[in-house]
Amino acid sequence: MALLQIAEPDAAAAPHQHRWALGIDLGTTHSLVAVVRNGAPECLLDEDGHTLLPSIVRYADDGAVLIGRRAAGQTGAIASVKRLMGRGYADIPNLASNTLELVEGDGMVRLHTAQGVKTPVEVSARILGALAERARARLGEDFVGAVITVPAYFDDAQRQATKDAARRAGIHVLRLLNEPTAAALAYGLDRAAEGVFAIYDLGGGTFDLSILRLSRGLFEVIATHGDSALGGDDFDHRIYCWMLEQARINPPSPADIARMMRAARAAKEALTQDESTRIALTLDSGEAIDLTLSRATFFEMTTLLLEKTLANVLAALRDANLAANDIDGVVLVGGATRMPHVRRAVAEFFGKEPLVDLDPDQVVALGAARQANILAGNRDANEDWLLLDVIPLSLGVEMLGGLAEKIIPRNATLPIARAQEFTTARDGQTAMSIHVVQGEREMVADCRSLARFELRGIPPMVAGAARIRVTFQVDADGLLTVLAREESTGVAANITVQPSYGLTDTEIADMLRASLAHAADDRDARALAEARLEGEQLLAATASAIAADGD
Amino acid sequence: MTDLPEQGHFALFALPVRFRLDEAALAAAWRTLQAQFHPDRAAHLSAVEQRRALQWATRINEAYNVLRDPLARAAHVLELNGVPLDLERNAAMPPEFLMQQMQWREALEEARTDAGALDALAREVAAAAQAQQDALARACDDQQDYAAAAQWLRRLHFTERLRAEIGRVRTAQDC
Repeated sequence: MALLQIAEPDAAAAPHQHRWALGIDLGTTHSLVAVVRNGAPECLLDEDGHTLLPSIVRYADDGAVLIGRRAAGQTGAIASVKRLMGRGYADIPNLASNTLELVEGDGMVRLHTAQGVKTPVEVSARILGALAERARARLGEDFVGAVITVPAYFDDAQRQATKDAARRAGIHVLRLLNEPTAAALAYGLDRAAEGVFAIYDLGGGTFDLSILRLSRGLFEVIATHGDSALGGDDFDHRIYCWMLEQARINPPSPADIARMMRAARAAKEALTQDESTRIALTLDSGEAIDLTLSRATFFEMTTLLLEKTLANVLAALRDANLAANDIDGVVLVGGATRMPHVRRAVAEFFGKEPLVDLDPDQVVALGAARQANILAGNRDANEDWLLLDVIPLSLGVEMLGGLAEKIIPRNATLPIARAQEFTTARDGQTAMSIHVVQGEREMVADCRSLARFELRGIPPMVAGAARIRVTFQVDADGLLTVLAREESTGVAANITVQPSYGLTDTEIADMLRASLAHAADDRDARALAEARLEGEQLLAATASAIAADGD
Repeated sequence: MTDLPEQGHFALFALPVRFRLDEAALAAAWRTLQAQFHPDRAAHLSAVEQRRALQWATRINEAYNVLRDPLARAAHVLELNGVPLDLERNAAMPPEFLMQQMQWREALEEARTDAGALDALAREVAAAAQAQQDALARACDDQQDYAAAAQWLRRLHFTERLRAEIGRVRTAQDC
């Protein structure tokens, strides 16, 4: 019996005696690294005393590679590379503020730099490498591995790319950990909390809401929902649009847009402390902007964004089969949750004040460090706990007629495996293509394409006689492995994998929203596709019967 | 996963093979097993140990998912008692049951734009599903009449599909 494995799991690092293990928050705007020292997690500082490393890399003309603050604000600096991880060229939105020079082509998108073409994985590896260097310098010795955090909504391709970046930086990945889950670890372990917690994570570019049950050392993620195209940047953008309206200026140049966006961000941050703030700047065009923005106006213009986050909260509660007042505690994560009206809206929604006593910029790295410490084998009496996380998006395969057959439902506890039996549709068929997709919609065209597998060497049989068992295994990192075997004859099937990079952030977010909004369309589309398929099968069966007994 | 012992899902959690379930006992047993076998417990060990942990934890989750889902659990109990469900081949249903299904489907069509009517229908169907589950439990656990239990389970499948449909309509109404 042929048993074919497509992806080999990593070989483990050899056991060590003393085990430092890192928690790394690889963020869109900044990254940081933490460790557990003497039983308590702490963020490691760079030589200048900074915790945050700006996630910026610059490949200079002279061959030097600058990372972090030294790369910031210079031409050719690559920022926000996290948005490109695991994405194809066609997936990247054409942003006015996007200063990156992207290379057209298949596979993961690549970037033009002064030192040639680089992939987002290589750029991320530089950031991870800088954090690893910082850790070695601070600890005075090497570490065994790291837990690296990813947005809960990252799909398989984005997770795989993150793991590849760590491998390239020479870091052994102990685990990929979802960011909101990491935050829950940091809080839960600090307070020895019990009960059901909601983690509201509004970062620079993404929003995640996770619901966890904490009981006797077990952190069980019950549901996660999110929008990977909604974050603090959208609040800046609302202020920018308001400035355009109020100042009545001509369409600004790219440089002026960047200047106005910086002013918008500064105004947003000022309104965290102050009731109103003045926005004054002179543009390249000679036009002057001088406006006063009040908290009330800012809150009003961003109400819709807040409501979008709360719609996700509702959806997660529904998945978890819970009501808002079942939640025992709410944790705020991400710099954008510093905005007072975000805090107020969350407090009102849940009817309780959110927990904010850990620095929202650091909480993810601190939680990751605790997980890393445990995974490295540094378990002591008061650190006996376990985390059970879930898969954020359903996994399925394409069936005849373009239907997506769900094989592993979203929010299933990891690790998980499901087997599905496939058969041939036509007499004498010797090959079969299996298309794996991720998403909630009923039609394949509306889901994200993950990979295509070719099964070859199926012995010719009548339609429906071959039995091909395909097992989909999702491990604790949320990564997929596929095993396939032909059961009726034991004949080997050859498999080739073509990972596909398909979708944008917005599309992933839209997939879930759309799966709710288009429930009726989907049902009709499914009914139509099924009826069509039934008709075709009937035709094929009739034709084959006529061929056999035609006279 | 050939090195795993072939035991029923109930045996894994030391629970009796029956449809009625002590959900708290199942959840507690599941947590205890995961605490022991989850891959995180083996992350610092050899590749072989890690693979074993992955297989065990997967097996434990699979069993847990079957047992906590009433339909899957009932099918498993019947299978262990030699009565495979075989939904495709045993589609015959009493006419009055089919009539009831048709009435519900019609009511659902009418309730698409009427949240109040949808709630009423949802309550009615939920009550019917509960009654079918109770009948299934009696046939299965009290009378050991697995053929009758299979009949109730087939009905329950119809009813649960309708409930899922009602849930989708409700979600669409909320949006």
